[in-house]
Amino acid sequence: MLTDIERHELEAAVKHYPDKRAGAIDALLIVQRRRGWISDDSVLDIAQFLGMTGEDVDSIATFYNLIFRKPVGRHVAFVCDSISCWIMGYEQVCARIKERYEIEPGQTTRDGRLTFLPIACLGHCERAPAMMIDQDVYGCVTPDKVESIVEKYR
Amino acid sequence: MERPLTQYIHPDGPPRWLPEYLKGGGYRSLQTFAAGMAPQDLQRLVAEAGLRGRGGAGFPTANKWSFVPMGSDAPKPKYIVANADEMEPGTFKDRVLLEGEPHGLVESMIIAGYALEAEVGFIFLRGEYHRSAERLTQAIAEAYVEGYLGKPLPGTEFRFDLHLHASAGRYICGEETALLNALEGKRAIPRAKPPFPQTVGLWGQPTIVQNVETLYNLPHIVNHGSAWYRGLSRSKDGGTKIYGISGRVTHPGWWELPFGTTARELLEQHAGGMVNGASFRGLLPGGASTAFLTEQQLDLAMDYSSIPPEVGRLGTGTMIVLDDQTCPVGFVLNLEKFFARESCGWCTPCREGLPWVARILESFEEGRATHDDLALLEMHAKFLAPGHTFCALAPGATAPLQSALKYFRDDFMQHISSGSCPWSRKQKRERVLV
Repeated sequence: MLTDIERHELEAAVKHYPDKRAGAIDALLIVQRRRGWISDDSVLDIAQFLGMTGEDVDSIATFYNLIFRKPVGRHVAFVCDSISCWIMGYEQVCARIKERYEIEPGQTTRDGRLTFLPIACLGHCERAPAMMIDQDVYGCVTPDKVESIVEKYR
Repeated sequence: MERPLTQYIHPDGPPRWLPEYLKGGGYRSLQTFAAGMAPQDLQRLVAEAGLRGRGGAGFPTANKWSFVPMGSDAPKPKYIVANADEMEPGTFKDRVLLEGEPHGLVESMIIAGYALEAEVGFIFLRGEYHRSAERLTQAIAEAYVEGYLGKPLPGTEFRFDLHLHASAGRYICGEETALLNALEGKRAIPRAKPPFPQTVGLWGQPTIVQNVETLYNLPHIVNHGSAWYRGLSRSKDGGTKIYGISGRVTHPGWWELPFGTTARELLEQHAGGMVNGASFRGLLPGGASTAFLTEQQLDLAMDYSSIPPEVGRLGTGTMIVLDDQTCPVGFVLNLEKFFARESCGWCTPCREGLPWVARILESFEEGRATHDDLALLEMHAKFLAPGHTFCALAPGATAPLQSALKYFRDDFMQHISSGSCPWSRKQKRERVLV
């Protein structure tokens, strides 16, 4: 069930749209911000609020890479794997993350702290390679900088 | 040299909030409406200015607008949507504007709304641009308080509402009809055209979807006129362009320059040439879905009129440089993996063809490719070309592939003959578990 706070935020998010379902992405992001990820129950809660079927909401939830249909860690590290970052060596950055935190792309550290995901071009190509942790973007990342960046996120 | 779009942008500092923005002449353009400029006059002004869409296609903005039904019989409401779903690999120009001058977009959208008698605007922003989201939210709130939004503009009956819609990823949302589906809360697959969004768009209403950089030009055209605007440019297309360069160059970055600046000037003067020890081999002039330009084409003016269609197209104007220490096959593989992953899966050639292309390129990098694979790549470049797919995603993916097969054929052959990648920077297959 949606909490009162969630319901309140959802109502504010859909009021600009002539059709409630237009708020589907807003709703998924709002619920994800509170619960960390989108479970089957969350899908159904949102569906009920928007007057959609669960399947309909899931067709949207599964489409977007920033909506997590599986639990993620307390923090998510997105490493840009697009062309400028590839030229400038994002693979070495990934290798360092894998080695230091013992996770493959798509996995979460055992202590539930960090999930590691590749992401399409972050739009910071002039400072490649780039990575984003939660909402913070870091440019000109080298393997040696990885640890000091990640350490800020406990 | 005038830089109307970016003169107040300091990438490391905060943007100008409303008081400073007003002090620098911000929102002054809106006064011309009360002074008697009718929507039709504004449309004519934009046509005379020669403004062309900066999202990549270069479509003349006034032509795009001309299909929108006008007058008292026109359907209501009409919508303006800013396409801020900047996700073309190698492209970061819209972010510079959104973070650096958020009020510029609010003012621009009010102007576009007035020109098309549209009542409501949405900014469709990619989910990863968190800083842009924060700054746009504040700018919109300030504009509401000051009465630029949500109230009739002084001396007119025109009232405009503007909302920010933060998305949640996926490249296809930048395709204008997929964007409309996304905004309506549907799975973001492109729509069949016709009908075009200008007549049947968001919730079936007339809608203009416009790139961010294109919109930012509007206040300056209104304030200074079409002759001034054309004078900024070195080419037939009016205005300035935000160009960018990434890759192994001395100073990767962005610059607002006269439209029609050559690729050589950008590369050598602005980006400071290649880094020590690397040599130039080619560049994609405007994102992942443009064709390579090589040394012979560097003196072409980078605009929408000067690049011959058989050579390529400008795209977004943010360039990605290929150097001699980087494998051209690996370069194209990275691009094709992106396109394969970002295909929405709606039409078969794109959904099935792009992963196939990526697998073939992988076989080159792993030294398993034969001459038959080269022929297969050429076949795909034809079968995924414009006209065979539902939208422009797969045709965009063929641009770098086809041109790489033309200009870097020897490198492909070398992968076959030596049974390995000469750069031996093999891409390991990343298994993604989520």
